Amino acid sequence: MKIIVNGVEQEFNSPLTVTSLLHELNLRTEQVAVEINLNILDRSHFPNWNLQEGDKVEILSFIGGGSPQPKD
Amino acid sequence: MSHNLPHDPLIIAGREFRSRLWVGTGKYKDFEETRLAIEASGADIVTVAVRRVNITDKNSENLLDYIDPKKYTILPNTAGCYTVEDAVRYSRLARAAGVSDLVKLEVIGDERTLFPDTAGLIEAAKILIAEGFIVLPYTNDDPIVAQKLMDIGCPAVMPLAAPIGSGLGIRNPYNLKIIMETVKVPIIVDAGVGTASDAALAMEYGADAVLMNTAIAGAKDPIMMATAMRYAVDAGRLAFKAGRIPRKLYATASSPIEGML
Repeated sequence: MKIIVNGVEQEFNSPLTVTSLLHELNLRTEQVAVEINLNILDRSHFPNWNLQEGDKVEILSFIGGGSPQPKD
Repeated sequence: MSHNLPHDPLIIAGREFRSRLWVGTGKYKDFEETRLAIEASGADIVTVAVRRVNITDKNSENLLDYIDPKKYTILPNTAGCYTVEDAVRYSRLARAAGVSDLVKLEVIGDERTLFPDTAGLIEAAKILIAEGFIVLPYTNDDPIVAQKLMDIGCPAVMPLAAPIGSGLGIRNPYNLKIIMETVKVPIIVDAGVGTASDAALAMEYGADAVLMNTAIAGAKDPIMMATAMRYAVDAGRLAFKAGRIPRKLYATASSPIEGML
C-alpha cells in the first residue's frame, strides 16, 4: 500500500496503524504530531488507527527556533 | 547573582516563572551548544518551532533530548507562518505534539522585515483562544494592537524591539513605554535585541520579560553572551523596581558643603 509520508511516497504492508508506521520509521510516538489528510490525529488513536492507501501523512516535531525565521 | 535577587516571579495565565529572560533555540551550532547556552541564560521558558521530522536520517537527534520538557516550559511558535490558516494549523500541531496549550503566535506579514501581520494576528488569536489555547502573540510596537490583543484574551503581549535578528535594539522606546503603561498584562519584549544593554533597557522601561534568540546564538561566544543577558535582565529589572533618579540638566553635589575650609 502506498502512503505519502512528509511529502514522500512510500510502500508499506497493510494493515498499518500509526503506531506501527512510527515504529517502522524509527520515530518515537511522544512529542510528535500526526496529521492525516489535513486532520490531526489525537495521540490516543495512534495504536488503533489504520492507514489507508493514498493517505497523506505529516509527522511533525519540535526543532530549534526562537524569533521567527525567514521561510525555508 | 540570581540567588541574591528578591523573589519576583513572572506570572502568566496563573503559571509562575522564575526567569524574566526567555530564549529561543534556533541558529545554534549544535544541540549541545543550545543546551549550554540555555543553561547559562537561566531561562525557564524556551521557544521551539514545529517542523516535519526527518524521516530519511533515522539517527537524527531530537532537540527535546537536550532541552528537558520537565525542566523547561516549551513554548512552540508559529514561525514561518504567513497566513491565519497556517498559524492556526501549526498551533494545533504544536498542541498535538506537546503537553500544553501554550503557543507563541506569529503571523508574519513580510519576508524582508518579518514584521507581524497584526490584522491576521488578531484574527488567528481569536480562533485559538476560542479553542482553549493560551496565546502569547508576537506583535508590532503598536499600543492599539497590543491593547486589542489583551482585550480578546491574550494573557501576555509580545511587542518587538526591532526586526527579528536585526540586533538594532529598541527602536521605539516611546511606543513600548505606552504599551507598558496601558496594557495590563505582562509585556514581553521580543526580537531585535543586539546586546546586553538593549535587554537591560527594555527591563528598565518596565518590560516584564525579554525574549531573544539571535543575540545569544549569533554571538561569537553564545554561552558567555547568555550569561551577559541573564545579568542584564536581572539588573534592568532591579533598576526598574528600585526606581531611577530623575534626569536633571545641572549638577547636584553628592558631598556636603558643611565642614569645608
